[in-house]
Amino acid sequence: MPVQPGLTLVFARPARVGECSGFMNSTAPLHIGNHPHVSFPEGVELDCGVTLAPVDIAYCTYGRLSPQKDNAILICHAFTGDQYVAETHPLTGKPGWWGRMVGPGKPIDTDRFFVICSNVLGGCMGSTGPRSLRTDGQGAPDELWGTAFPPITIRDMVRAQYKLVRSLGIDRLFAVVGGSMGGMQVLEWAVTYPQMMLAVMPIATAPFHSAQNIAFNEVGRQAIIADPDWRGGRYWEADVVPARGLAVARMMAHITYLSEEALTRKFGRRMRSGPAGGQGPEGPVSMFGDIFEVESYLRYQGSSFVRRFDANSYLSITRAMDWFDIAADHDGELTSAFVGTAVRFCVVSFSSDWLFPTSAARTLARALNRAAANVSFVEIETDKGHDAFLLDEPDFDRTVRGFLCGVAEHAGLS
Amino acid sequence: MRLDQRLIADMIEPRTRVLDIGSGDGTLIGHLYRERGCDARGIELNMELVTRSVAHGLPVVHGDADHDLAYYPDHSFDYVVLQRTLQAVERPREVLRQMLRIGRYAIVSFPNFGHWQLRLRLLLGGRMPMTAVWHTPWYETPNIHPCTIRDFLELCRQDGYIVEKWMAVDEEGERAPWRRSIRLANLFGEQALFLLRRR
Repeated sequence: MPVQPGLTLVFARPARVGECSGFMNSTAPLHIGNHPHVSFPEGVELDCGVTLAPVDIAYCTYGRLSPQKDNAILICHAFTGDQYVAETHPLTGKPGWWGRMVGPGKPIDTDRFFVICSNVLGGCMGSTGPRSLRTDGQGAPDELWGTAFPPITIRDMVRAQYKLVRSLGIDRLFAVVGGSMGGMQVLEWAVTYPQMMLAVMPIATAPFHSAQNIAFNEVGRQAIIADPDWRGGRYWEADVVPARGLAVARMMAHITYLSEEALTRKFGRRMRSGPAGGQGPEGPVSMFGDIFEVESYLRYQGSSFVRRFDANSYLSITRAMDWFDIAADHDGELTSAFVGTAVRFCVVSFSSDWLFPTSAARTLARALNRAAANVSFVEIETDKGHDAFLLDEPDFDRTVRGFLCGVAEHAGLS
Repeated sequence: MRLDQRLIADMIEPRTRVLDIGSGDGTLIGHLYRERGCDARGIELNMELVTRSVAHGLPVVHGDADHDLAYYPDHSFDYVVLQRTLQAVERPREVLRQMLRIGRYAIVSFPNFGHWQLRLRLLLGGRMPMTAVWHTPWYETPNIHPCTIRDFLELCRQDGYIVEKWMAVDEEGERAPWRRSIRLANLFGEQALFLLRRR
């Protein structure tokens, strides 16, 4: 990763490298590791009125910033994503979450663009969040924020990203791109800092979090809070994590990222015999004997999630999503948030996404039309549900590549 | 680019704002943007064509004339273009009204139902006419509001639109020589092309 001159690049204290037992009934503590980041001693002024200081923002970059500093693309990650867009994840060992989209010759071409992605404020991959040391002087030394972490909003996340972008010496981004909660950040960027970018791509997202989405988030939160290992949010004191609750939250959320067709295609009603994969939230399930493949898959999703994600971050970030409502910040009028904008928009939805359905994207596109904004709006035909933006969708790839090329052409960028 | 699209492009001043309703694969807006310096945008119903346009760097939204024009503000474009589609929309009169609310000028092309072949076939055959231009049977045609050139001029008169330019062309888009007489154009023109503005 290139280090910018004049930038303080701080590495966290080496964390204990523990052997996670890795099942959902595991209560082994979470080891997050150390991640390249930049520190802002002055902190960030939050929507809730609190100034959170200092603030660390962990980030990754790919490609080279041009001498004119006009080729930077900020990628905003989704809820449980992180800054490791296009490289092997240091913790999970898995490929970057958008490696098929970002890289040399890829639709977001790092031979041409300088790509930045940071872990969101409130996250747990190196940016300041509930797992960070408490710095308001209220707690004991070495105490973590936990549930005392101030409530954050999507706009707070964007404010922190803005500081990062400026600290890299960039006055204006070429584009801001992101899906799902990343798309919410993209919209917030366009509204809060409209002079800061030429173009935005809000993908598989909505201008506000719907009642249904708040409802799903609430079920996830209740699953975590109901886990005895959550211990009122102070689980680190006992060196455990609320793994069962967090795994159940993840399993439920994961269903919302897919579609009925995708589940049927992938698993149907196939069974998996024997005790393999028989670990459940309540330990091995002997009551039913064999389990369906879809159950086994969800349990795997749940168990691998608890090894990389902090439960209090889950609570904090889901709440930030719930509060997200662009129109509410503009007297209930979505259009007025965008009036006079010179930013070029490309709104993308996926036909089988029922978490952020096309109707929400259409509402956004129409509000942008009303504001006379330069907007493209594409619905990609797919049966893969919300997660389609992370998966192999050639039409989507072409859309991303073509839109960015069009903006570059328009801006006279070589 | 089709010849009738070239005729449309010739009606549009360089460096203006253009909205093309039913922009198809983006040929016209691509031409206007790249060759004429226009801020040209599109609306298209066929998602495959929308994706293809956006993938070529053109600003196109998925939508249609009947349902999406209401979301554009007054006077936000210099020209609003509707190519060969007026006869297929649900409410042609409302679509025209929206076009001239959004744009200073409306450019409309449609197939002329007054063409002599159609008249003759209906008269002699007694069946719904089928020609190269009107080639789908009555039970599956999308063309639910066919009109003749004279019908269209009458609607413009009723709604107070000024016809800046008009021409009747054949199917290939060649300009046809019936410029002087509306009655002749209505008999021999396969396609009609109008440049309208508000009074």
